[in-house]
Order: sequence, then C-alpha cells, then structure tokens
Amino acid sequence: MKYTLVALMENKPGVLSRVAGLFRRRNYNIESLSVGHSETPNISRMTIVLHGDDRVVQQVVKQLAKLINVTEVLDVSSQPAVFRELALIKVKAGPGVRSEIIELANIFRARVVDVGAASLTVEITGPETRVNSLIGLLNPYGIDELARTGRVAMVREMNDNSGQAAYL
Amino acid sequence: MRLTGAQIVWESLVREGVETVFGISGGAVIHLYHALPDYPIHHVLTRHEQGAAHAADGYARATGRVGVCIATSGPGATNLVTGLATAYMDSSPVVAFTGQVATGVIGTDAFQEVDITAITLPVTKHNYLVTDVRELPTVIKEAFHIAGTGRPGPVLIDIAKDVQAAETDYVYPEGVYLPGYTLPEEDASEQIRQAAQMLNEAQRPVVIAGHGVVLAGVEDELLEFAEKSGIPIVTTLLGIGAMPETHQLCLGMTGMHGEACTNLALTEADLVVSLGSRFDDRITGPVGQFAPQARIIHVDIDPAEIDKNVPADLAVVGDLRDVLPALIPEIEKRDHPEWLARIQEWRDETAKRDIVGKETDDLLPQFVMRQIWHATQGDVIVVSDVGQNQMWEAQYFVHHRRRGLLSSGGLGTMGFALPAAIGAQLGCPDEQVWVTVGDGGFQMNIQELATVAQEKLPLKIAVLNNGYLGMVRQWQQLFFEARYSGTPLLGPDFAQVAKAYGITGLTVREKEQVGPAIAQAMDTDGPVLIDFCIVQEENVYPMVAPGAPVHDMIRRPDAADEQG
Ligand SMILES: Cc1ncc(C[n+]2csc(CCOP(=O)(O)OP(=O)(O)O)c2C)c(N)n1
Ligand SMILES: [Mg+2]
Repeated sequence: MKYTLVALMENKPGVLSRVAGLFRRRNYNIESLSVGHSETPNISRMTIVLHGDDRVVQQVVKQLAKLINVTEVLDVSSQPAVFRELALIKVKAGPGVRSEIIELANIFRARVVDVGAASLTVEITGPETRVNSLIGLLNPYGIDELARTGRVAMVREMNDNSGQAAYL
Repeated sequence: MRLTGAQIVWESLVREGVETVFGISGGAVIHLYHALPDYPIHHVLTRHEQGAAHAADGYARATGRVGVCIATSGPGATNLVTGLATAYMDSSPVVAFTGQVATGVIGTDAFQEVDITAITLPVTKHNYLVTDVRELPTVIKEAFHIAGTGRPGPVLIDIAKDVQAAETDYVYPEGVYLPGYTLPEEDASEQIRQAAQMLNEAQRPVVIAGHGVVLAGVEDELLEFAEKSGIPIVTTLLGIGAMPETHQLCLGMTGMHGEACTNLALTEADLVVSLGSRFDDRITGPVGQFAPQARIIHVDIDPAEIDKNVPADLAVVGDLRDVLPALIPEIEKRDHPEWLARIQEWRDETAKRDIVGKETDDLLPQFVMRQIWHATQGDVIVVSDVGQNQMWEAQYFVHHRRRGLLSSGGLGTMGFALPAAIGAQLGCPDEQVWVTVGDGGFQMNIQELATVAQEKLPLKIAVLNNGYLGMVRQWQQLFFEARYSGTPLLGPDFAQVAKAYGITGLTVREKEQVGPAIAQAMDTDGPVLIDFCIVQEENVYPMVAPGAPVHDMIRRPDAADEQG
C-alpha cells in the first residue's frame, strides 16, 4: 500500500542526507520525497510517499522521529488531506498539433508556460492521478523532458465544506 | 572568557567530568593536542584509532560514563569507524572528536580530507561538523547529552582545523535545546498495569533481560522483580550480569549458543517479557517460530524497537528505572513450582549433555574458562573478544556481578577485547580486568599491548590459541563439508610478543599448568599474557543452526558416551 508521511525538521546542513540515508539503510521503498520551507523559520517540511505495509510504515515513522533534527512526523495516509504535485512537461509540438495540446492542457487546467519552435512546456498542478492522466495523453506526441516535484500534503481542517473541497 | 576552539574542547570536557581520553594526534588535531597539557585530563595514546574508539567504548561500558576518543582527519577518522559502529550497535555512550581540514578547503579533496560525518551517519546516534567556533560549546553540550541519555550511543564531532585555532567568548551552556530529541515521557502506567495483569495470569512466563537492564542500572530491581514474581530470567549476551548467574532463577544466556534450557523455556513459554533487549536474530532464530505459544511484552526505552523484529502484544515504552519500580508493586508473589520444575529437568539434562565433564588430559578451552572463574571467584571484569572464545567465556565463566562482562554483541567485532579492556581498566583502576580472546581477534589489535605497557595497566590477558579462526572453522565443519578454507591461522609466539613489549608472557600447553599460570598472573602486579594452546578443533555447543528455530539445537555429540 501507498502511505504519505509529513516530517518537520530543523533546517540544518546534512539533514536531508540523514533522512535519505535512513531510507536507504533500512531498505525502505520510497516513491517520492519533496522538501521545502514550512511556516516556521528554520523548519523544513518534507512529504514522503512510500510503499509498504502498516508495520513498515510505523517503523519508518519511529525511525524518522529518532533522528535528532526531525521534530515531528505525521502519518497522514488515512487522514482527510490535500495531496498535490506539480509537473513541468516539455512536449513535442509541431505546428500541426500545437492547438490540440493547448486544448488538452486547458481541459486539465494546466498552463502553457513556454512555447518554442518545436515544443511546448506545460505546467500542471493537481493530485498525481490527474498529472498522470495528462502525461498519458501527452505521451503520444512525444515528451522531451519531464520534471515532477513529488507529492506534497496538507491535512484538511475538519469542517462541513471539507468533503466538497476534496473535489476541487 | 576568550578561548580558542581547542581550549573550548578541553574546558568543556573538564566540565562534563571527563578525566581520561583516548586518541592519536595528527595535523588536523594538532591545535587540540597543543592545548591539552593545560587541562587536568589524562590522554591515553593508543596505537591505532580503532583502539581509541574501543577503549572509549570499554571505558563507557565499565563505568556507565561517557567515553571520549580523538582522531585526526582522513585516515585517523576512518580508523574510528569500526569502533563507533561497535558502540552504536551496543548502545554505548561515546563522544568522538575528529579534526577536519580547514573550512576554506572543505570540499576540495584537500590532504587528508574525508567527509567523516557522512561516513559515520549510519553508525552514530548523531554527529556534527563544526565550522564556526561560536557553535562549539553548544555542540559539545548537546553531544554529551545525546550520547548519554535515553538509549545511549556514539556521537561524533568533526571540527575544522581553523575552528580549533579561532577564538571566541566562551560560555558553556547550562542545558540543551533539542526540539527533535525527546525522551519517553508519556505516562506508561496503564501499560504497566496491563503488563502486571498478564504477568499475574501467566503459567509459564520467562523474562529476557538485555543490555538495557545494565545500561539503566536496575540490576537490584530486576532481582526484586524476579524473586517476587518467581519468573525465571534468561539474559542476552550483553544482558549477562543483569542478574547474578549464581541465582536459582537466572537460567543464563539464551540464543544461538545459549543454555539449552533457556531456548526450550522460551519455546514453551506462554508469556515472554523482554526488558531492554531488542530481539536480535541471534536470540530469536526465525521470528515466525520464536516463542510460538507466548504472548509478548516488550519494554524498551526506544519506541522504534517495538514491533521491529518480534511483534509485541503489549508495548511499554519507558526507562526501566521508571518501569520496574512501578511494576513490582503491581505483581503478585508467585512461585511457579510446576514451570520451574519443568525447567529444572531441562537444566539437569543440559548440565549432563552440554557441559564438558570429560576426563581428559587435553587442554580444553572450557576448562581454561572454568579455571579462570574459579581462581577469580568471578569478582573481576572480563572483556571478551569474538568467536568461539566469546561463547566459551559466556558459558563457562559464571558472572554474578554487574558490568562484569564487556563484549561486542551487536557488531561482533574481533579485536574489541584488548583495547576495550584498556578503557575498562582506566575507568576502574581498582578492579582486576581480564581479557579473554582468540588468536585471530587478538592479532587484530595486538598493537595495543604497547598502550598497556606505556600505561602500566595490570591487565590479565588469556589468549585461547586454537590456530584457527575457530568459529568460522566450526561453521565450515558443520555446514560446509569441513573445508577449512581461509581459517587455519599461524600466530606468533604470543608470550615472546608480550615480552617484547615488556609484558610478562607465559605459555601453557598442559592442563596442569593452567591453574598455576592463572595464579601467577593474579599475583603479578603488572600485565600478564597467558598463551593457552588449546585443542584446535573444539566446538561450541549447544548451537542453533542458522535459520533453525531455537529449540532445535545441535548438541555436544560425544556427551552420551562420556556420561556412559
Ligand atoms: C573484524 C571481524 N572480522 C571477521 C569476523 C568474522 N569472524 C567471526 S568469529 C571469527 C573467528 C575468530 O577467530 P579467533 O579470534 O581465533 O577466535 P576463535 O573463534 O578461534 O575462538 C571470524 C573471522 C568478525 N567477527 N570480526
Ligand atoms: Mg582462534
């Protein structure tokens, strides 16, 4: 099964290699890992997507929490949460197919962020499933380059609208 | 107070109560060594940085205080790694200082530059690279706190050379601010109540006492617990000394070469309580077949140990110093007469089958260990190495005192014993310290004999010389068609080697020389090495074959004949 963890960590040199080293050493199967600043100065926030069973994931949570620079670890897999990923897709786009691709991008609420003579670069943000679908549809045109950020996650504030917001 | 980085290190060590450090100098720590003579700290020059790390570890294991070692950058630092890994696997509190090349050239592959914080990442509890002298006091304060609290472990501080020379205003912090480092503080009283209930209901309970009991220093509490609950205690290798092995309720060491009765008791138990042990594979065998009838209570200070190897039916996360005193009043006074009688049958049978009672003129290692035990009455610190010798020590020396056995359990590091004993002797100058070691492992850190001589340490060194990497030879004999590939071992004349270092050296080839040689060693004020030329192809029994469940032991093949 796929799990999503959120870890907060002190923004100190080497902290990334500590986390990455832990995953490698303990043989955890990581799908994606994305890191950036959090709302607190000097605290970074990492979202980790991994495969495993419940026992493995509990181990990962506890081993991560043991790292001295890691201040908090949450398993958000079974919580109502917003999951998002951003992808930049550079797709071959000769004059004949350009408008088709732009149309596809529009349907996915993706944006064209660069136009070249032979390619278009599309930016999409959304749940991975949506990103995957767009990539699947663009594949036949020929994808020159693909950059994905990996999942970031945030637990929803529990209120009456949260159920609806999930589909936004 | 204006101090240089080098002075800050020593000043802070003094404030941490450090009296002894182990190390070797070099270009990247020359500032440190230059400042050292101004401070009341005894520096022990080892002959290899691995020796320094093991010595710091041995010091920590013997005293319970943090051990300290020092090495220069590059090869000095990498030489520490085995010692740090050894300390890490056995949760031993060590702080290691390494010099690093100057901040301006870090990352340029400068002379003797290695990224030691990266290299030691997986074998330290935490580590630091210090590139600003103003951070140094805080880093040292944190390092000692992290190394010595919770589940202890080694911490490395890598200090750039220019930082050691730079000056700053020195203030040693009173406390630490480590938001990501928390000790168990949750109230475990509900789990303790449940544990007591499970204990009170159990018909065939067994307690596994691990290194955690020793690290927490709760040997008295364990004894009280055992006597009130009537529950038999088995120990891990590192748990030896947690409970006097002379006590009727202490069944001895369990696991791959444990007493047969312990493995049988665990297999039939209906409740297994682990106190400060981590269900290592050498204890459990295949986890699916371990203690198949038992419910499991796992008490550990490290939450990550719970459910790591053996799933627990009840987990108690906490410090044994809190858990045991809370548990004892909750349990009922019991005797478990039937269960203990059943165990006694196994014990009697074990005594007959596995203990060497053979009438023989051969020089058997088991006999040597027994003689050392008899002569010392067990009132010494034994530091054992790795291999057959380690297991014979564990089986035939009866440990009744706390911290009476130091050994490399988790990593199984050959070459540990001699340098670790140096640390133990310096930490416990009034104790007699014995080294028991194989001819292979001894040659892995034999250079530390020079340290023994220079420091005038009265170590008693028993080399069990079988001319083989014996434990590997045993596996080859039992599981690899007796092809002794890469295991025959030509050693030097160890007594002559000792003499060359100015250490008394004795050679024992005959059984009747064993007692007198041990007596002579004990009567000699200084260090003594005894080379016991034991029979070459003796095996350690019982043995759980790798991959077999623990009740399925290979027993001493000639036992039946002997007992007739
Ligand atoms: C540093 C290291 N290298 C290799 C091993 C693998 N090993 C385990 S026991 C053993 C043999 C030890 O031989 P010796 O020290 O003579 O002790 P004996 O088993 O003969 O008592 C070896 C090679 C190890 N544990 N540690
Ligand atoms: Mg040997």
